[in-house]
Amino acid sequence: MTTEGESSGFAIHPMDQFVIKPLFGGTEIYWYTVTNVTLWMAIAVLCIAGLLVLGTRRRAIIPSRTQSVAEMIYGFIYNMVEEVTGHDGVKYFPYVMTLFLFILFANLLGLVPTSFTTTSHVAVTVTLALMVFLGVTILGFIRNGIGFLSMFWVSSAPLAVRPILAVIEVISYFVRPVSHSIRLAGNLMAGHAVIKVIAGFASLAVVSPVVVGAVTAIYGLELLVAVVQAYVFTILTCVYLRDAVGGAHH
Amino acid sequence: MEGDIAEMGKFIGAGLATIGLGGAGIGVGHIAGNFLSGALRNPSAAPGQMANLFVGIAFAEALGIFSFLIALLLMFAV
Repeated sequence: MTTEGESSGFAIHPMDQFVIKPLFGGTEIYWYTVTNVTLWMAIAVLCIAGLLVLGTRRRAIIPSRTQSVAEMIYGFIYNMVEEVTGHDGVKYFPYVMTLFLFILFANLLGLVPTSFTTTSHVAVTVTLALMVFLGVTILGFIRNGIGFLSMFWVSSAPLAVRPILAVIEVISYFVRPVSHSIRLAGNLMAGHAVIKVIAGFASLAVVSPVVVGAVTAIYGLELLVAVVQAYVFTILTCVYLRDAVGGAHH
Repeated sequence: MEGDIAEMGKFIGAGLATIGLGGAGIGVGHIAGNFLSGALRNPSAAPGQMANLFVGIAFAEALGIFSFLIALLLMFAV
């Protein structure tokens, strides 16, 4: 991608925004290098801490605006966990809430002009998805023992079809972290690249008013996508968690 | 693989992989359309099914994501 960047004819190359740069000089990136990813993740964490600490500081009966936002998010995720995973799943609510807030804030901060979208990198989302995958698998074996494997043996199907279904179920189980992570990264990356591609057309003076309108419209759409993708990631986490938690009941 | 033909094949393959997006579009549209037609018949039951709507959309979309994954693999990994 870097070599064809000069010849591709874009005024702004749409993929330039996803380049990871070390913040304090140098070009080599090691695991401890402070990069723009580190910076924007830290900002996301600070924003979440700020919202929740400021929101719950006064604990007024009549909530202030910040407090209502914090309470609304809390109540929304709490209801979702209880509804999807059942009563036993509420124990894992803090983790789901953390995931939702982190992804939501990373997505929304990525929409700030000239910022960096941390969740557009597969490395970030795969980490989140693998933590859910490994967590759910380990939890399933702890809670249900070896009976967790009965999830792959669909007892409601005719006996002849069950081995084939078992193979399909095992494959679909192991594909979960792939789709879980690429969905988030792909949606964010594609959306931001579309904004940059359309913004690149603004170098033609004739169409630039149209471009400004189009970028504004897509920006609105991206706001929606940022929230919906955070919601989808969380609700899928809840669905996967239900397999581990409620495996005995189904 | 090396050479211009292989390079060209990569780009053609990545482009062809985007056809998978059409399938994801059909699937997501089907789910959303059916949800809407059901919701208009029985609006009081609609809010309770929002979670199912999003899970269904996410699963339908997952198959489109695999075509995206194949495009990415062709462009950067092969």
